Amino acid sequence: MRHTISVLVENKFGVLSRVAGLFSGRGYNIESLSVGETIDPNISIMTIVTTGDDWVIEQINKQLNKLIDVIKVVDLTELHHVEREMVLIKVAPKQENKAEVLSIAEIFRGRIVDSSPNTYTIEITGDEKKIEAFVELMKPMGIKEFVRTGKVAIAREILKKK
Amino acid sequence: MGIPKKVSGKISGAEIIIECLKREGVKHIFGYPGGVILNIFDLLYDDKDLKLILTRHEQGAVHAADAYARSTGKPGVVLVTSGPGATNTVTGIATASMDSVPLVVFTGQVPTMLIGNDAFQEADIVGITRSCTKYNILAKDVNQLARQIREAFYIAASGRPGPVLIDLPKDVTSGKAEFVWPEKIDIRSYSPTYEGSKWMIEKAAHEIAKAKKPVIIAGGGCIISEASAELKELAELTDTPVTMTLMGLGAFPGTHSLSLGMLGMHGTYYANKSVQESDLLIAIGMRFDDRVTGKIEGFAPHAKIVHIDIDPTSIRKNVRVDIPIVGDVKRVLKVLNKFLKGEVKEQWGEVRKAWLKQIAAWKNERPLTYTYSPDVIKPQYVVEKIYEITKGDAIITTEVGQNQMWAAQFYKYDKPKRLLTSGGLGTMGYGFPAAIGAQLAHPDKLVIDIAGDGSIQMNIQELATAVIYKLPVKVAILNNRYLGMVRQWQELFYQERYSHVYLETETTPDFVELAHAYGAVGLRATKPSEVEPVIREAIKIKKPVFIDFVCDWKEKVYPMVPAGATLDSMLFEEKEKKAEKKLKAVK
Ligand SMILES: Cc1ncc(C[n+]2csc(CCOP(=O)(O)OP(=O)(O)O)c2C)c(N)n1
Ligand SMILES: [Mg+2]
Repeated sequence: MRHTISVLVENKFGVLSRVAGLFSGRGYNIESLSVGETIDPNISIMTIVTTGDDWVIEQINKQLNKLIDVIKVVDLTELHHVEREMVLIKVAPKQENKAEVLSIAEIFRGRIVDSSPNTYTIEITGDEKKIEAFVELMKPMGIKEFVRTGKVAIAREILKKK
Repeated sequence: MGIPKKVSGKISGAEIIIECLKREGVKHIFGYPGGVILNIFDLLYDDKDLKLILTRHEQGAVHAADAYARSTGKPGVVLVTSGPGATNTVTGIATASMDSVPLVVFTGQVPTMLIGNDAFQEADIVGITRSCTKYNILAKDVNQLARQIREAFYIAASGRPGPVLIDLPKDVTSGKAEFVWPEKIDIRSYSPTYEGSKWMIEKAAHEIAKAKKPVIIAGGGCIISEASAELKELAELTDTPVTMTLMGLGAFPGTHSLSLGMLGMHGTYYANKSVQESDLLIAIGMRFDDRVTGKIEGFAPHAKIVHIDIDPTSIRKNVRVDIPIVGDVKRVLKVLNKFLKGEVKEQWGEVRKAWLKQIAAWKNERPLTYTYSPDVIKPQYVVEKIYEITKGDAIITTEVGQNQMWAAQFYKYDKPKRLLTSGGLGTMGYGFPAAIGAQLAHPDKLVIDIAGDGSIQMNIQELATAVIYKLPVKVAILNNRYLGMVRQWQELFYQERYSHVYLETETTPDFVELAHAYGAVGLRATKPSEVEPVIREAIKIKKPVFIDFVCDWKEKVYPMVPAGATLDSMLFEEKEKKAEKKLKAVK
């Protein structure tokens, strides 16, 4: 099963490689990993999306906790939470499809962040389903480039277990 | 050692390090110098309180520090230079990491400005050792150094111990700062759990009281936590037999009537049998290594498992666990014993008698044994004689291979910290430098490395260290002319195709001459009748001694659970002999 794990770490030199090295060294999957500073500049937060059965996920949680620079590990999958990811897509639609691209982008609440005579770059934010749906619709339009941030996630304020 | 005097004014990074080491109570450092670490070595030139042991290889330094730590419980300290000096420590660090040994390793590094430039003797040792240290850092700021060193010692020795490495760029050891010794350590991201959950412990107590066929499996954690007394109390209180992992040998007296000896690949018949038949395993300070469990799917099929360990990642890593207890073994056992004494009524009595009777029958059926020969020295005989002569009171280190297994099987360890061996990593070349480290920590003890003719050659240069520092370690080489353990596998599983395992150690080297060349003493025994006298002679000599025991090359370690088989599918010596006879008959 897929899990989204939030990891609070000391914002120190080498911590990212410690975490990444844990995953590669022990053969765990990483689907995506995103890192950024928190409000406290001494602390960073990582959002890791990983897959594995219950045993593996349990080990991942424990192994992360065991790393000296890890302050806290929360498996968000067990909590109600909000997940978001952002992608930037550069499409090069044929003349007759341009209007279509713009209207799909609008339906998905995308924003055109750059355009050239032949291309649009669209920013789109959402959960995985929304992004996948959007990408599917853009495919026939001619995707030139595509980047995604990887997921970030946060627990809902009422931390009721699912 | 007096209380360190106050330090005022700015001092150099190197001076800070020395001051920290003294405050940590360090007396011995194992090391090897080189360019970028000279700032520290210079201070050691005339320091009266800190003694540096110059080994002949950095790997030797780390193993020596490791054994120093294992035999005392205090962190071992290593000091080496950058680049090759640092990379030479890796095997030693990985060895310590696998066996949870507290070490603080200081490596020199090129000046901060040059890092990343492929400077002369630059190696990214922090990157290289990330996965085999408990923690490691590049010290970048001399102002933080004292705190970082204090934390390094704390991290190394607390919780589940392990090696910590501090990489020291040359400009950091020459840079100056005020010495500030943090009185308290507060690492917000690190707080080991020492107290086990009372509720879980109580549950465990009930299971133990109910069990008909309980077995305790004691691991290295019992020794690290110094829980031998509590372990013995638990076993005796509940009439529960105790088997030990290689790392756990000595945690419970090997000669105790409840001892089953070692379990696992080369464990005793009765230990493995008991585990497989058990209805309750009480696993204490161990981590279910594959050498212990055999084929995991068939491991202890009838048993509930209580698992006590300070490291939560050890629990439910390899085997299912019914009652997990995260905590320090000693503290958990104290509480457990209390529950068992007070709240739980003694229900075991008669039931246990039947179980112990069954175990006694297994002990009778297949005791740990070998076939003595009056013509050729059996390696087991050598170990047995060493045991008899030393009355089990020596510190034994081992190399890796058959020698290690025989040292585990035929020497009975009644006390903890008497067997120092590389369990997790299985590092050939560990035993000799380890003997040196242990001898330094225990000058009055007899320290014997039970060695293989292959392994001893992996750190044989340390003979110089032993001679020069007058450390009278004894090295009992079970010389079978082969990488014996590998040869055993080839004999049993590769149709006797002895690919690259013959060492020609009947001539090369001549261990006796080699010992002489280093200024040590070399002795040799070629007949069983010479074994005992030569051991006695060696012990009398107040110098390092190599004893070359020319042994039967064909001898194998039994019982043996083939890799990937369940614990109860053991091979035995006689079974194989029968098979040989059959083969001959067919021919
Ligand atoms: C550094 C290292 N290299 C290789 C091995 C694999 N290995 C395990 S036992 C063994 C043979 C050891 O030979 P020897 O020291 O003569 O011991 P014996 O088994 O003959 O007693 C080898 C090569 C190892 N454990 N460590
Ligand atoms: Mg050999």
